Amino acid sequence: MALPERRTDIGPPSYKQFLPPVIKKNYGSWKYHEILSGGVMVHVAESGDKVYTVRVASPRLLATETIREICGIADKFCDGFVRFTSRNNVEFMTPDESKIEPLKKELKDKGYTIGGIGHRVSNIVHTQGWVHCHGAATDASGIVKAIMDELYEYFTTKELPNKVRIALACCVNMCGAVHCSDIAIVAVHTKVPQPNDDLLKNLCEIPTTIGSCPTFAISPNPAKKSVKINAEKCMYCGNCFTVCPALPIKDPDADGIAIVVGGKVGSLRSSPKFSKLVIPFMSNEPPRWPKIVAAVKLILETYAKDAKKYERVGEWIERIGWEKFFELTGITFTYQHIDDFTFMRDTMRTASTFKYTS
Amino acid sequence: MPKKYDTPLLNELEKGPWPSFVTEIKKAAAWNKMAADELGQLEKSYRTRLVYWKHGGIVGVRGYGGGIIGRYSELPDEFPEVAHFHTVRINQPTGWFYSTDALRMTCDIWDKYGSGLTNMHGSTGDMVLLGTRTESLEPIFAEFSSRGWDLGGSGSAMRTPSACIGQARCEWANIDSLDICNEMTQEFQDEMHRPAFPYKFKIKVSGCACDCVAAIARADCSIIGTWKGDIKIDQDAVKWYAKNGTDIQNWIVDMCPTKCMSYDGKELKIDNKNCNRCMHCISKMTKALKAGDEKGATICIGSKAPIVVGSLLSWVIVPFIKVEPPYDNLRALIRKMIEWWDEYAKPRERIGELIESKGMRSFLEYIGVPPVPQQIKEPRKDPFWFFHGDDIENIKKLEAEEKKTGKYKF
Repeated sequence: MALPERRTDIGPPSYKQFLPPVIKKNYGSWKYHEILSGGVMVHVAESGDKVYTVRVASPRLLATETIREICGIADKFCDGFVRFTSRNNVEFMTPDESKIEPLKKELKDKGYTIGGIGHRVSNIVHTQGWVHCHGAATDASGIVKAIMDELYEYFTTKELPNKVRIALACCVNMCGAVHCSDIAIVAVHTKVPQPNDDLLKNLCEIPTTIGSCPTFAISPNPAKKSVKINAEKCMYCGNCFTVCPALPIKDPDADGIAIVVGGKVGSLRSSPKFSKLVIPFMSNEPPRWPKIVAAVKLILETYAKDAKKYERVGEWIERIGWEKFFELTGITFTYQHIDDFTFMRDTMRTASTFKYTS
Repeated sequence: MPKKYDTPLLNELEKGPWPSFVTEIKKAAAWNKMAADELGQLEKSYRTRLVYWKHGGIVGVRGYGGGIIGRYSELPDEFPEVAHFHTVRINQPTGWFYSTDALRMTCDIWDKYGSGLTNMHGSTGDMVLLGTRTESLEPIFAEFSSRGWDLGGSGSAMRTPSACIGQARCEWANIDSLDICNEMTQEFQDEMHRPAFPYKFKIKVSGCACDCVAAIARADCSIIGTWKGDIKIDQDAVKWYAKNGTDIQNWIVDMCPTKCMSYDGKELKIDNKNCNRCMHCISKMTKALKAGDEKGATICIGSKAPIVVGSLLSWVIVPFIKVEPPYDNLRALIRKMIEWWDEYAKPRERIGELIESKGMRSFLEYIGVPPVPQQIKEPRKDPFWFFHGDDIENIKKLEAEEKKTGKYKF
């Protein structure tokens, strides 16, 4: 069968055709919203119109079969419209309050998880991992699944002092807002890449490869038409591997997981913050990474217990001090926590006014 | 029939209440050979703790340099159906709203040519179609583009812009983030599809400082809605909050970062000239407080993830700009920024990194934005500043003027 005629540079279809009627009618005229439960909210327009939203989790990786099922539900309850959120949740919207309970029932019957609204743990933003990436130091979806199974009630019902945004990146490229999340899991390599000299001379551009190193650890190896790596300077970022595949860095025992915490992107109360290192390395333990799950839960529950209402994780830690964070969580403080890259000047303490810890 | 793999490790990830990606892969693997081999290779990764995808590979559709991510298995003999397993990035409708007809259409095309597996959505915002063969790329593109859909960005190019839900369903949106995002996406089609930049360039649009698309952390150009003018207070609604359990003193007034609020148990007051518009009070008392009337955006530049020399948050460049259709000022400003970056950047240098190495002054002068204190948290503390061109001469002229008038101007 002949293919239809292709068109170029047309961009995406206009979002306007995909807005549910109540959204279209009240566009720009919303008055307020209320969170009715962990996964249901209502937005009220100046006109008095209301739109109810039921949010459900998704694993982000969806089979077309599931998307069709979602479409079926949206046809039945939401006039044939549906929306996805920036955190991979699915939103079902309707102006009709009487449809909410039947919609929730159908979602529950079909195995969907309702939640993620308000001061809770929303879905984890994550990367591809072993499912589809070349540089992954861990799987992404597997750890996310294991963590969210454990934190399930914090998505559906249990409230926290404020929302907690968790993110996961399967290497330090961080294709996800890992560097500014309340709790983030980032996979790290810990071994110096080993140049495959035979491949490298055919596969890679040597000046680009040398230039890719942020710590100037790579130098030419003219005898082999390849490069050398100064192991003392290498911090295993993998940037050289991205520009030169003949510098493999993966290793099942040396690749592992770090945890960084205290970041945020909103400007509420305090400026956006980067996440900071709290656990430098834990081994990769598929299929369910029990130690990583335990670490995330420990940090989340320490925050839940100790933070004041409306404090985000980073705000809580800034109030109590990092020394108290390490004390309260019992996480060991090590050399890796002290910056020896570019930010030491800004991160060392320059006053004698610390708190003692036991 | 797709090959059936034994997946004892992945099966562990079908247990527990959270939706399982393994179940999703299995759904597709039941009828799709590519999805079946994806499952097989993934189980092997779980066994060995190693990834088996090869690095890149230049594949694409005619006339485009981006939108497709080449992906090949390192183990094509063992998993032949994923020997090619390329990603197709379809530019999402702004705001991720869909009609079910449109979604089903997507599924139909993808079931015909691909693995039946998707990401809804990728980190940048695209609808990600996960895994197809090189020879299917042109047909997939023809099927999508003939129905009004296009590819997103990849490589050293303008990446697919994204936006928060904005005025579609949020009372806090100061700007029409969806329309701005959609218009900028259309503006930069050529730059998205034919990578000619030093590195990637991302645009994200958030309607307010809550920043639901993480523009401040994840976009080279972060457009964040804000306002001028006084916050509007509905004192009756304030009373409603007080009566319904809101501790206004402790939760609102005391948490205000600029301490510009006061509450005497009856009336809430805001010293608006000292408000920094952080959104805390508005977001916690949404029925009682509304942003001021003059809407616009703050434009911040430079954020990125850690590769190569550390992560950056975007810096305030234009404290306040009106953003209204047809957005000509915004289009021109972004084009100017890109021009400067394109002129001076090394390969794989993001605009934020270039500003660091070449200097903020070079950037500001080029785009025609004056230095203002809103751009910084504090002035420099080192004594090593530059004087350019006629800086000193201009100061001397000013001083000569002062001698005449007898009045100092600092």
